[in-house]
Amino acid sequence: MARPATPARCIAITLALVALNAGLLAVRWHGRGAPAEGALRVGLVFDVGGRGDKSFNDAAYAGVARAQAELGIYAEFIEPGEGSDRESGIRLLAARGFDLVIGVGFIFSDDMIGVARDYPQVRFACVDYAKFDEHGFVLPPPNMVALKFREEEGSYLVGAVAALRSPARTVGFVGGMDIPLIRKFEAGYRAGVRRVCPDCRVLVAYAGTSSDAFKNPARGKELALAQYAAGADVVFHAAGSTGLGVFEAARERGRLAIGVDADQWDEAPGHLLTSMTKQVDVSVLETIRAVREGRFQGGLRVFGLREGGVDYVYDEPRRGMIPADVRAQVEALRAEIIAGRVRVPSTPAEVDPG
Amino acid sequence: MRTTLVLRALPPLWAALCALAAASALTLLHGESPRELYRLLWAGTWGSAYGIGQVLFKATPLLFCGLGVAMALRAGLFNIGAEGQITVGAFAAALSGAALPAATPAWLALPTVLLCAFGAGAALGAVAGLFRWLAGAHEVIVTMMLNFVVRAAMVGLGGHVFLRESVHTAPVVAGAELPRLSRYLPALHGSAANASLLLGLLVCAGCALLLSRTRAGFVLRTLGSNEEAARAAGVHVGRTWTWALALAGGVAGLGGTNFVLGYKHYYEDGFSGGVGYMGIAVAVLGHNRPLGVLLAALLFGTLSQGGLAVHALVPRELIDVLTAVVLLTLAASQPAVQRLLQAQPGARREKEQDEKDKEGP
Repeated sequence: MARPATPARCIAITLALVALNAGLLAVRWHGRGAPAEGALRVGLVFDVGGRGDKSFNDAAYAGVARAQAELGIYAEFIEPGEGSDRESGIRLLAARGFDLVIGVGFIFSDDMIGVARDYPQVRFACVDYAKFDEHGFVLPPPNMVALKFREEEGSYLVGAVAALRSPARTVGFVGGMDIPLIRKFEAGYRAGVRRVCPDCRVLVAYAGTSSDAFKNPARGKELALAQYAAGADVVFHAAGSTGLGVFEAARERGRLAIGVDADQWDEAPGHLLTSMTKQVDVSVLETIRAVREGRFQGGLRVFGLREGGVDYVYDEPRRGMIPADVRAQVEALRAEIIAGRVRVPSTPAEVDPG
Repeated sequence: MRTTLVLRALPPLWAALCALAAASALTLLHGESPRELYRLLWAGTWGSAYGIGQVLFKATPLLFCGLGVAMALRAGLFNIGAEGQITVGAFAAALSGAALPAATPAWLALPTVLLCAFGAGAALGAVAGLFRWLAGAHEVIVTMMLNFVVRAAMVGLGGHVFLRESVHTAPVVAGAELPRLSRYLPALHGSAANASLLLGLLVCAGCALLLSRTRAGFVLRTLGSNEEAARAAGVHVGRTWTWALALAGGVAGLGGTNFVLGYKHYYEDGFSGGVGYMGIAVAVLGHNRPLGVLLAALLFGTLSQGGLAVHALVPRELIDVLTAVVLLTLAASQPAVQRLLQAQPGARREKEQDEKDKEGP
């Protein structure tokens, strides 16, 4: 058992600890060190708990990592521990005079506008920027670029793939949080289905109206099972980790699913028809390149099919999933969109007026 | 008296030295220089005006939650529910602040929203107290479960009250906003430190006065140090439990004002970041004394902001490990924890006697 602390023992313990610390501090070590002379300094702030999400945040990381390898930039990454760390992280990077500070997610919109105004000489980029006031969309300040995506265009293509692979002429859509951003996926998907199969049915369900709707695999599975039971051959999800439940349902029922944001094949091999990918990495890399080449411009940057910002996965090991004739039809649609002959709707109301 | 003071200061000092050594060792293992780490830590916290402001901002909710846990502990109760209490407090402040007419003057709006924040937290605390009193349910279980209930309720309610395409409520009226400290100290510009800190200092002083100068505080301390003796002395134990937990919950609930009234002016999903659980460590480190809690809150605020500042050198996981190391070393060096866990005062005296006997020649 613990014995009473005598003064001598107390002093001995204290001195021993001080000596240990002094010893550790005395070690000379040259870590990664400072950035190379003249290297572009880029900072990226993830969302809380975002790092390792295998989609959105990781894609942004991949973009910066590619820039490190290809352009030789110096980069730092911050994972906030709590909500107020988002602004604080951006501010710390800006105060240290970084050339470009990137925030990943619409939740950064408010914070970044404020910091961008305080540091006009620093450039900022916000992925999925969305800021509205009573007058509508708020344009970012001139030293900040809003990176947005035409999710509806990629969704249009996977909608066509889904309809062409559905003998029962029924496909499903599971959304996460019921917000305009996710309805863009729904609108594009339904328009794509209608284009190749006008009498196909599209079953639509949303997991909820709070941000937890993106983190609820049990709910995702329940919704997908209901759609498979109603005859759907393929279910497309735009629901974050809620979509993992959709994949589970697909495995259980032996049906097909479509992934989102990144190539999600590994989550349900053999049951993943394709994935609608959002090339956040491309947009981030492009922005860094623009800063480096001195052609950075604030304002709105929208990435669609033409810019390579959205796409669908068509890969060698999955050749069995998408037959050549389906591929040919979908590629024809892509060409039409890029050429501007087809405008993909971004709200469900435009797909189905009235 | 002087010796006991030194003895009381030793465990935290050792803990700090152990944590420092562990931090240096881990940083070396990661391949970075500890000296560079501490330089960044200093520059990002107490070494710059913005850093100081952020430390104060982060210490504020920790102060409230720490006091909420400490006041309950002084009555012999473990309040694990500060997380739920600060959440309902923030939610109540945001909803009441947004519901007021836009032209409400500050002298009317501020007391109203503060009362709502306190009331919501207090109600949650009182539930735990009533369960303990009337059903004999242990407050650890009840307060912990209430945290889950609150979390789930916020998810459900959020969908109804959050603004379009966001995860936050409508902003509170101008009269209910607490000013940022940078309005009076321009050097703090950019930092979110706000008048909620001053409110926290007032509450801290109030708790100290309550404990040391009032009858109610005496009853609370008596109950905390020996339940049987308090009962024999005529203290209504159940009632005291209930108001002690209500007070604790109310104080924690006021912590929500830091984010809602002082920083964003709205309630945002997941704003607390587990600050309520950190409050437990703050209370224990501060020896459940208001002044101690204040110092502990400042230390934790420094760790939290410092973690962000040194992020350039070390990954998030390592920062979490370092914070955990501080907690572990503190827990190991805290006889107060062990004393509280040994619920039977009689058994403790016997044990101490045993040890004294063993120490004999």
